[in-house]
Amino acid sequence: MSQLLEVRGLDKHFGGLHVTRNVSFQVAAGERLALIGPNGAGKTTLVNQVSGVLRPDSGAIYLQGEDVTPRSQAQRVRAGLARTFQITTLAPHFPVQRQVELALFEREGLTGRAWRSIDSYPALQAEALELLERLGLRAHASVATQDLAYGEQRLVEMALALALRPKVLLLDEPMAGVPKGDGARLLAALDSLPRELGVLIIEHDMDLVFRFASRILVLAEGAVLANGTPDEIRRDPKVRAAYLGP
Amino acid sequence: MNAMNDIGAVQTILPKAPKCVSAWRSAAMVLAIGAAACFSMPEQLGLLTRIFVTALLVLSLDLVVGVAGLATLGHAAMFGVGAYAAGNFALHVAPDPLVGLAIGMVAGGVLALVSGLFLLRYQGFTFLMLTVAVSQIMLSLAQKARDWTGGDDGLSGFMNSPLLGRFAFDLEGKVAAGYSLIVLVVLFYVARRLVDSPFGLAVRGVHENRARMAALGTPVFRRLLAVYTAAGLLAGAAGALSAQTNAVVGLDSLSFALSAEILVMLVLGGAGNLNGALLGAAIFTMLHHTASSINPYHWLFVVGFLLMAVVLISPAKALALLRRRLGGVQ
Repeated sequence: MSQLLEVRGLDKHFGGLHVTRNVSFQVAAGERLALIGPNGAGKTTLVNQVSGVLRPDSGAIYLQGEDVTPRSQAQRVRAGLARTFQITTLAPHFPVQRQVELALFEREGLTGRAWRSIDSYPALQAEALELLERLGLRAHASVATQDLAYGEQRLVEMALALALRPKVLLLDEPMAGVPKGDGARLLAALDSLPRELGVLIIEHDMDLVFRFASRILVLAEGAVLANGTPDEIRRDPKVRAAYLGP
Repeated sequence: MNAMNDIGAVQTILPKAPKCVSAWRSAAMVLAIGAAACFSMPEQLGLLTRIFVTALLVLSLDLVVGVAGLATLGHAAMFGVGAYAAGNFALHVAPDPLVGLAIGMVAGGVLALVSGLFLLRYQGFTFLMLTVAVSQIMLSLAQKARDWTGGDDGLSGFMNSPLLGRFAFDLEGKVAAGYSLIVLVVLFYVARRLVDSPFGLAVRGVHENRARMAALGTPVFRRLLAVYTAAGLLAGAAGALSAQTNAVVGLDSLSFALSAEILVMLVLGGAGNLNGALLGAAIFTMLHHTASSINPYHWLFVVGFLLMAVVLISPAKALALLRRRLGGVQ
């Protein structure tokens, strides 16, 4: 399997706090890697370094074999790395459809165009609606994003990431805060992610993690505690002691 | 038959897709209202010209504040620089008003571009204070450079040649009013196109949520710099129009008071949709004119109360109240 994303020896301090300690891992095409660990283990900080929000103190990040460590977040997105946020990060007043269209304009490199109306790109409009249809949001296309139920906003997060047609997708707690009953559509969306996509997912719901992931990376106090298949992780005594419990 | 009914049902359930208003239609509306005002109040052409020029300046401010979401108190800097540039051009180079207008636009645009390269690295309160600093620097420069600005006396003594070589600027102000209105309408059309383009959508996205836009791959800084420069071009155009229609440029065109006043107008009319900018400028300028002719010392009270009313009463509430008063249904 070819490695889409490779992280080598990532290290990061916040003042005196050592939040990422020499973390290395890889995500191959089609792989579902889950990142788990107790609160404060440094999961989101790690994702922020991979996506380019934060710069690591040392270490390197490779996307399809290319070193993207010095690149900006925007450049990494264009190289095929998309993410969702743990805390819903959307344009609250935009109609859902506009929000997705914006992601499509961005993917096609059209947001430098300042004359033609956004209504005169029918192909992208159709693609936005088709994507919303797939995620069960078609009926809400013209609703302001802030008026959606929380679980649906989480789906919009996913729609925006998918609209970018990424090669690697970072999902930061997609189920966080979603009531149990509303989770089914999100689970269905996770299951219907494109096969060839490499996915790195942070999640606290262990049922979901063990069902969804093909490999699991356990983080504790900023360092990698274990890295293996779900079965290996389930049996690992260190992981049981630190996180999963007996 | 049943299948057809089903299709009909689905179509009624699905809400209408979001759609932009047509740019040329809104521009034609502005032209119609402006022209109607000019023809119905021929003795007030001076006031109307001032409204058109101010509206263009507030429109430019709306691009920065309402569209891009950057609160600024230094927008007069671009206006003043455009005014001085157009005045000096008419005085020393050529009196052609359209070339002068272009010079004013370029001056405003260049100042926005250069100051934006520095300012736009900051957000929120820091950005706000730095815009004040930039406009104060421009004001002190204008006070010192008496040869170019006339200092406290103002820059005057320049004339306009006839517009397009045919329409001489008359004493009644007909040509001045028509010229300002047409420039306003054309630039309003341009601003409308800009805001409803993919570029405008991305800038509005930055206003809504910077982190989201960065995660979509938007070069946030470059987009903001572009819209700030566009606003500078419009503010420069307003400055040039002001210089040409008043035949004088004073230091007040760079003042903090002007920056604050146009922000009040924008809030009054409603920020972010461009129409509100024009409405706010018209209401404020007319109110200023009326209130200050009744009481030249205390007219600011009226504006103060009006602003409080606008901030405290939401448009929805005001409309509901109005409907009740008019006996309409809720």
